[in-house]
Amino acid sequence: MRALIRLVSGLYAIAIYGFIFLPVVVLILFSLQATSFPIPPFTGPSLRWYEAVLADTRLTSALVNSLLVAVLSSAVAVTLGFLSAWGFARFALPGSGLMRGLITLPLTVSYLIIGMGLLVLFNWAGVPKSLLAAGIGHVVINLPLCFAIVYSQMGDHQINIERAARDLGAPEWKVLLLITVPVMAPAIFAGFFLSMTFSWDEFVISFLLTRFDTTLPVEIWNLLRSGLNPKTNAVGSLVFAVSIVLVVLFELMLLRRKPA
Amino acid sequence: MNSASSGRALPWALVTPALGWTLLFFVLPFVAMAVSSLTAHEGGGFTLSNYSQFFANPSYWQAMVNSLQVTAIVTVISVLLAYPFAWILAEQVPERWQRLALMLAVLPFWTSYVVRSYSWLLVLAQNGVVNRALTGSGLFSEPLQLANTRLATVTGFVHFFVMLLTLTIFANLKQLSPSYRKAAADLGAGPIRTFLHVVLPLTLPGIMVGAFLTFVLCIGDYITPQILGGNNELLMPQLVMMQIGRRGDFPLASALSIILMAVVTIAYLACARWLKIERA
Repeated sequence: MRALIRLVSGLYAIAIYGFIFLPVVVLILFSLQATSFPIPPFTGPSLRWYEAVLADTRLTSALVNSLLVAVLSSAVAVTLGFLSAWGFARFALPGSGLMRGLITLPLTVSYLIIGMGLLVLFNWAGVPKSLLAAGIGHVVINLPLCFAIVYSQMGDHQINIERAARDLGAPEWKVLLLITVPVMAPAIFAGFFLSMTFSWDEFVISFLLTRFDTTLPVEIWNLLRSGLNPKTNAVGSLVFAVSIVLVVLFELMLLRRKPA
Repeated sequence: MNSASSGRALPWALVTPALGWTLLFFVLPFVAMAVSSLTAHEGGGFTLSNYSQFFANPSYWQAMVNSLQVTAIVTVISVLLAYPFAWILAEQVPERWQRLALMLAVLPFWTSYVVRSYSWLLVLAQNGVVNRALTGSGLFSEPLQLANTRLATVTGFVHFFVMLLTLTIFANLKQLSPSYRKAAADLGAGPIRTFLHVVLPLTLPGIMVGAFLTFVLCIGDYITPQILGGNNELLMPQLVMMQIGRRGDFPLASALSIILMAVVTIAYLACARWLKIERA
């Protein structure tokens, strides 16, 4: 009985892993295709499509735009999220529950609808489509996330440290910068990192709110119009590689922090 | 500045930027969208025509039916595939390998969403890997039409949500105290009975949360159906985007977005009630 369960489990796990990895393997394999179509038979390995990607200024500038939007919008989101989390956790404010609900509300609405709303608003207000507009949208989706992460990590023991600092005569801004921020650094970092990955991968808001200068997912979307193309495979594989490096770094930082 | 006045001003100074941002760039856009949905594309005053169009035009109505069908199919299949997988990772894989096994199981999360859908297009294309394997093995003489179908959309979605649900169900199974299982075993229940009467009911609320998340993310997604399903069969988000792209009809797009949001809200209310009954 037990052996049978193990056998069936093993086969099932292999099948699911196979399903999960199939598209990624196909993507990477045919990014190394030597000929012009990313379909069998495999004719590589060749790096010509990676060279084509790196030589394509539209893609490389879109990559820079994406990084810029991700870093800046995440910085704004985590700053606003942290400050408000601190305010709500440390001070009794009238209507606090309602206001906290309002800040987390965007989590329940799909990106498409958030993007649509901003498009209609900006259209009326005469705000042109731009990376800035997309960045504003990215803050909207990531602010609730940063707020929720930091707020959930604000515990009582940190209040005591802050109190000790105040008793010793530190003004509020010093308490904030020298005590609260370092103590909350893991939560702040987690919020920033998560926001970065969401912003980096976000498509529909950027698609609706940018025009000429755009982000990488939108530029990849534009590539798709040319149908199946090994160049798309190559840029997809590169994005995957960058993300994996980031994730591994994140894991290593978490592991390093644990024994301390 | 004396400490009494700073004591009152400081907390507001901390929370106002976040509140202001949410009001200005989330609530106000929503109001703008709601107002826009009540105007005609050609200009003029207040009208309900955008909403009545949705109910009168069978092709719009059909998009909602398609969306609900696809979302329901995706949610059910994803839960059914992910639960045993998460169970195997949590129960059958040795403790020290679990973290690695889980990380591998969600690795493709880190490809970009657009690229992941495109990868499935590669797999399912007329001359893609699957069709080559099928015709090559002699099972079929002609390649099958797999891409640009509902099957392709469902496959792309299931791929994403199996990973997501594996994560949430795994966390659920690990939170379950082993003493429940021991107690069941002590009382004479075999592994199958323990699973059906103890483990499954205790993880059901977690499954519901995961299923709801799947529902919300799936029904609002534009990328997967557009890349994999093509334009043969429209889903709601495609219909919304079409109004903006081709015709610049913001009022109709706004009305359709609000209808889509209303459906999600109804699902949320239904789901929340169901969850509470389960827990009581």
